[in-house]
Amino acid sequence: MIRASLEADFPETWLEGEISNLRAPGSGHLYCTLKDGSSQIRAVIFRSAAMRLRFGLEDGLQVVVHGRLSVYEPRGEYQLVLDHLEPKGQGALQLAFEQLKRRLEAEGLFNVQRKRPLPAFPWTVGIVTSPTGAAVRDLITVLHRRCPILRIIVAPVQVQGAGAGEQIAAAIHALNTLGCIDVMIVGRGGGSMEDLWSFNEEVVVRAITGSRIPVVSAVGHETDVTLADFAADVRAPTPSAAGEMVAPVLAEIVERLEMFAARCRQATMSQCLDHQQRLDLLVAHLATIRLRILREAQRVDGTLVSMREAIRDTLKQMTARMQGWRQALEAASPEVRVRHGMALVPQLRLRLTGTMAHDLKRYEERIHAYLGRLHGLSPLAILARGYGMLETMPDQTIVRRVAQVSIGDTIRARLVDGELRCTVEDVLPDSSV
Amino acid sequence: MAGVKFEQAMARLEVIVGELEKGDLPLDESLKIFEEGIRLSKNCLKVLEEAEKKVEVLVQDKNGKKQLRAFTSEDFDQKDSSMEP
Repeated sequence: MIRASLEADFPETWLEGEISNLRAPGSGHLYCTLKDGSSQIRAVIFRSAAMRLRFGLEDGLQVVVHGRLSVYEPRGEYQLVLDHLEPKGQGALQLAFEQLKRRLEAEGLFNVQRKRPLPAFPWTVGIVTSPTGAAVRDLITVLHRRCPILRIIVAPVQVQGAGAGEQIAAAIHALNTLGCIDVMIVGRGGGSMEDLWSFNEEVVVRAITGSRIPVVSAVGHETDVTLADFAADVRAPTPSAAGEMVAPVLAEIVERLEMFAARCRQATMSQCLDHQQRLDLLVAHLATIRLRILREAQRVDGTLVSMREAIRDTLKQMTARMQGWRQALEAASPEVRVRHGMALVPQLRLRLTGTMAHDLKRYEERIHAYLGRLHGLSPLAILARGYGMLETMPDQTIVRRVAQVSIGDTIRARLVDGELRCTVEDVLPDSSV
Repeated sequence: MAGVKFEQAMARLEVIVGELEKGDLPLDESLKIFEEGIRLSKNCLKVLEEAEKKVEVLVQDKNGKKQLRAFTSEDFDQKDSSMEP
């Protein structure tokens, strides 16, 4: 009854307050207390209303709410049943943006270290956008103006309204699975914050950060910033700008290639010229060396000739001297002297025998003279004159004194014609002597 | 991906030009990388000439399989609503 009366008396209410004591049990309903400086009231947001919320509720959040007063009968408490909440002072979208940004940032999805460089020479560019807007036309125009050979694959998606975020995320996945795409552009043309909202959805942010292919975000105009921009590897202010960033200018590449080839030729040519110059120098140097060698060879030849001549001269001299020595040697040969000496021998013999005969005769004559004189002196001659000579026996000493013999001794008496053996009969010394 | 190969070729070409301009390689090696450089630049130019400009669109057929088909001016004129799932 109370409930019926309350609900009848306060059908619709607008209130302003701060959320506190927020609880979110598994049912999906949200419970909290709304309070201001002086009062507070319990509030419930049933699941259907909670799911429509763009932003997250949190304690301390100032909100403007719309609902009706009711009674929670099991406890006998009255409470507000809220069907609409809005953050006070800012739009719900803005708050939701800030909340999601903070959460994904905390997760590290927007880290600068995650950003990859764009390929310098993309072959194939993927575009995730609406196929009908001006954006895709501009983008294709810019890409092909810069690089007419670029292959472009458009993954058409709905870029606003319910389900757009999921479509965008699915298209990013699909382009990744194609395997031929070098870089992709995800974006759309300008619009209100509501229009651009899909690019703030978590599913889009996660698809971008999960992409294997580098992603350029190009959402709205320069001033529009979405979470897709934070997630992308490069943020382009507009779709056309994305085209400029992604596509190299083909003419510049061709020019660069031609310049590379020209520089290759130039450098190699100059190195060849350099080598040729050095070769020329070497050849010239070789020629002077050759000349020097020829001169030296000539000198060697000359020296050889004079050496040969000198040897021949020396040999001739030596031969001549040898001839002289041989002659001298032959002249001094002992044979000659022997022959000479042999001739002398008979002559000398003749002279020798002549002299000898003469001398012998003279000696004979002198010997005869001596013999004559000797004969005169010989004791035998004295004996011949009648003297005799006594000698003792057997020692033949001449007996000059009578004392030399005793009576009975045998003595020998030598006479001129022989000797006598005599025995002494008596010794008679002469007293007068 | 052709883009990666092309990028590698360009990088190699730049290295070759640098080496040749430094001029401190032996002549035979210079000539070798010179030939390589000219070949690379010709190949790169050929690749650029032969690359065909095309715009395709990734669509899903009745069986849910994804296919590429040429992107025509008609695609531009479609209404947003036609893209609704």
